Amino acid sequence: MVLTTPFHPRLSELNETGLYGHWAGYLSALRYQYSAKNEYFGIRNAAAVFDASPLYKYWIRGRDAQKFLEGLMSRDVRTCKPGRAQYTIWCDDNGHVLEDGVLFRHAPDEFLLTAARPNLGFLQDQVRRLNVEVIDASDDFGVLALQGPRSREILTPLVPEVAELSFFGMTPAKIAGHSVTISRTGFTGDLGYEVMVPAESAIPVLDAILESGAPHHLRPFGEEALGMARIEAGLPLIDVDFSSSRFAYNDDQRFSAWELGFGWTLRGIDDDSRVFTGRRALLRERDENTSRWSTVGISIAQTDYRALHEEHGVVPYMDEIPVDWHTMLYENSDWVRAGYATSLMYSPLMQRHIGLARVRPHLAEPGTIVHVEQTINHEYFTVPATVVPLPFFNPERKVSMA
Amino acid sequence: MSEGNQYDAIVVGGGHNGLTAGAYLAKDGLRTLILEQRHLVGGAAITEELRPGFQFTTFSYGLSLLRPEVIQELELVKFGFMPLEMPTTFCPMENGDYLLMGPDHDANLREIARHSPRDADATERYDHDISRVMQYVKPLFDRMPPNLFSGDPEDKAEITWLLQHLGSGDKKVVHDTVRLLTGSIADFLDDYFESDVIKGHLASSGIIGTKVGPMSQGSGLVYLLLAVGEHDGNIGSWSFHKGGNGGVTQVIGRAAEAYGAEIRLNSRVNHVLVDNGRATGVVLDDGTEFHAPVVISALDPRHTFLELVDSRELPNDLVEAVERYRFQGTASKVNFALDAAPRFPALGDRTDQYRGFINIGPSIEYLERAFDQGKYGWYSDRPYLDCCIQSFLDPDMAPPGKHVMSCFTMYTPYELKGSDWETERENLGDAAQRTLASFFPGFDDLVLQREVVTPLDIERITGLSEGNIYGGEYLAPQTWIFRPAPGYTDYRTPIEGYYQGGSGTHPGGCVSGGPGRFVSQQVLKDRRT
Ligand SMILES: Cc1cc2nc3c(=O)[nH]c(=O)nc-3n(C[C@H](O)[C@H](O)[C@H](O)COP(=O)(O)OP(=O)(O)OC[C@H]3O[C@@H](n4cnc5c(N)ncnc54)[C@H](O)[C@@H]3O)c2cc1C
Repeated sequence: MVLTTPFHPRLSELNETGLYGHWAGYLSALRYQYSAKNEYFGIRNAAAVFDASPLYKYWIRGRDAQKFLEGLMSRDVRTCKPGRAQYTIWCDDNGHVLEDGVLFRHAPDEFLLTAARPNLGFLQDQVRRLNVEVIDASDDFGVLALQGPRSREILTPLVPEVAELSFFGMTPAKIAGHSVTISRTGFTGDLGYEVMVPAESAIPVLDAILESGAPHHLRPFGEEALGMARIEAGLPLIDVDFSSSRFAYNDDQRFSAWELGFGWTLRGIDDDSRVFTGRRALLRERDENTSRWSTVGISIAQTDYRALHEEHGVVPYMDEIPVDWHTMLYENSDWVRAGYATSLMYSPLMQRHIGLARVRPHLAEPGTIVHVEQTINHEYFTVPATVVPLPFFNPERKVSMA
Repeated sequence: MSEGNQYDAIVVGGGHNGLTAGAYLAKDGLRTLILEQRHLVGGAAITEELRPGFQFTTFSYGLSLLRPEVIQELELVKFGFMPLEMPTTFCPMENGDYLLMGPDHDANLREIARHSPRDADATERYDHDISRVMQYVKPLFDRMPPNLFSGDPEDKAEITWLLQHLGSGDKKVVHDTVRLLTGSIADFLDDYFESDVIKGHLASSGIIGTKVGPMSQGSGLVYLLLAVGEHDGNIGSWSFHKGGNGGVTQVIGRAAEAYGAEIRLNSRVNHVLVDNGRATGVVLDDGTEFHAPVVISALDPRHTFLELVDSRELPNDLVEAVERYRFQGTASKVNFALDAAPRFPALGDRTDQYRGFINIGPSIEYLERAFDQGKYGWYSDRPYLDCCIQSFLDPDMAPPGKHVMSCFTMYTPYELKGSDWETERENLGDAAQRTLASFFPGFDDLVLQREVVTPLDIERITGLSEGNIYGGEYLAPQTWIFRPAPGYTDYRTPIEGYYQGGSGTHPGGCVSGGPGRFVSQQVLKDRRT
């Protein structure tokens, strides 16, 4: 029997579509309203809440907690001070990405890791001789992401400390008398917060947020709207844009941190004082210039897209729901392969189709033209797209104070 | 004369068409000056904070016709372009029931079936037939109309294309198109539907801003105009731009400036300087002169041909056609600041029905009766209202918990018989408010502020003659190859260097940017040859 999250009793009342998917064994709304786009505009122009409770959660505690994570995580956890959170990835010995997650540093020797996939065994196996305890807390908390330009205005009356939170800062707080942890994090690329709340307090905390949000047109949003926002934010999603190298059958299914565009998490990789899994391979790949792919944004020439469809007598199709397959890219009209888009959608904000893509490194320069495969009337065509830097959308307010 | 007053091109009027034309010319490298008489750009597409925190869309309020080419070519997204989806259309009925359309096709069919099970599948056939008509006519909308009378090789080539295109149509599509172009929307709808509220809802698009009732021939054409647009590829869909249509014109204005155009506010052009049949510049009311070999009027044809230039410079057939050209504005706006959302009894405390248009036109008969009064020089005592509580779409339109509501109001003829608009303005506001209160009990108690904008106000503020929202009636003899006058549809004028690019040219009124884009193309083409 599929599980339900601590917020489900209330959020399911707000779900007018009955459309759910299964996420990590939990019922997870695809959309609450008939229009996922309206939920998406909640994220971009008002505020909206997403139930991220199905994430796996692990306490990592003990005298050697930092040392443990230093060696495991590709990103330097020493730069994550207590009271801050850090997006991170972890790799195998070949520098191929296993997974990604967010570390919340509650205290010098206490972290909470959230991840999309189960990892307890893996993490415990990595402890070796260190003084570290890894504890599964997956079912202990509900996670509510409150995202959008109005999110700060909605939270501050409940939690004044929120006004002081910087991007990826976190703080313990009380909402409606219940202890919670609030972090300025999220997966939408917008101003936003995540509230981690003990499961038994989930409903009163949610109710307080919904009430505070009502005058600001707060609405719940589901996986579809999240999918749209995170593509615009240039955030890759595991099992969509890549999957764990641990489960690859061949090298085509494995990608290094560089190849996936995670190079920014490797800042300080030259610092010999920190040895981490995959470091040597990643250094070699960089120094020998052997990356096979670059992760880029592609932006489809909308006028050509339209014309191509109209020429063939069909109404140009513009769907903001991301397609759930990979779309082939070509270097030119001779069908020489350039790579593929791992996520593709019509962006209402960009007013064109955009995608996250892997291309051969020589095509990664912004401004390069690639050709995107399109099937019209059961025939293959291509439409030009420009390679652009990620993210597509990165508003000031995401990181600004007040 | 100082060097500083010399430009490559001058645009008269900072409405969205003037801004669009100016942006294209500046993007192409022309030193461009846009002159606007008011203290802000936008013309009929402005948003004003009439009460602290409450943003009023004084005139224009919905977006659909803006040409996708304009969005892409001027890269408007970079300058803040952001159309918001309107997921619902709400049609209250006189018996307290309602029709609530949303973004889900199948749910809509069920809702329609509540009113008539036959009309559910009729809706599918209707939508498909209409979208095929749109596919057929859209290319005409997006091409400069040929001059049928010129004999010019380019026009001949375009006429050849046109005949080929028209000939390529499917028999049914061609016939449906002609029925809409020449007939009434009521007749067309009768072929599909039996439910009054569905017909009333659809027929409303056939009367917007025009002196026709749903039973008048000509309403089919207005319907076509208002359905040929799109929102994110959904043909016939309308959106609400962030900050209203005033938000759109701010975006286009920013784009124009970023491409190098200069916008000068509080600069009313008195007339265009013409020397020996050639435009050389303009003079402002205060006597300031600006010079350029290209002058574009982005105003309506009455201003362009009868006021900005001496009509003796123009051929008689043009002057006569423009004198004859009908404006006869018939629409008003009644805008409200509200203390809370209105309540619709059948839906209890729900407010999700307000995330789009609210159509107060529950039947064809309701609309036609409203027209009956308008026909004879009076305003409807129970008007047709196309409303939208825009703060539900964009929270920045009103303070938290409060709302702004825009109500497009018909019929309100420019010429009143036996009274005038100064006398009747608030009576019209009362008629609109009374009508709203009959559907939303307690509405009066919510009103914090009311703004009534009559055709006279539209004319005085924007300059749109007789307050016609389209820059001239959108009736067959005044559209496409006849807009604004037969033989004068190529955005040039008989005065060399003087161009026209306001809504009185093809493709006409609405926030489309089409006229502004076409006139800039014509100017750039003429400069190259
Ligand atoms: C009440 C109302 C509601 C409408 N609703 C909608 C809607 O919802 N959706 C839609 O798409 N369309 C709507 N329209 C139509 C649409 O807004 C207009 O067709 C469009 O804005 C016209 O743009 P324009 O640039 O051609 O002219 P205008 O917007 O009229 O611009 C002309 C500009 O020129 C200026 N000007 C005039 N004379 C001079 C002079 N001598 N010197 C210098 N400047 C001068 C004016 O101040 C004005 O700024 C509506 C119109 C009205 C009036």
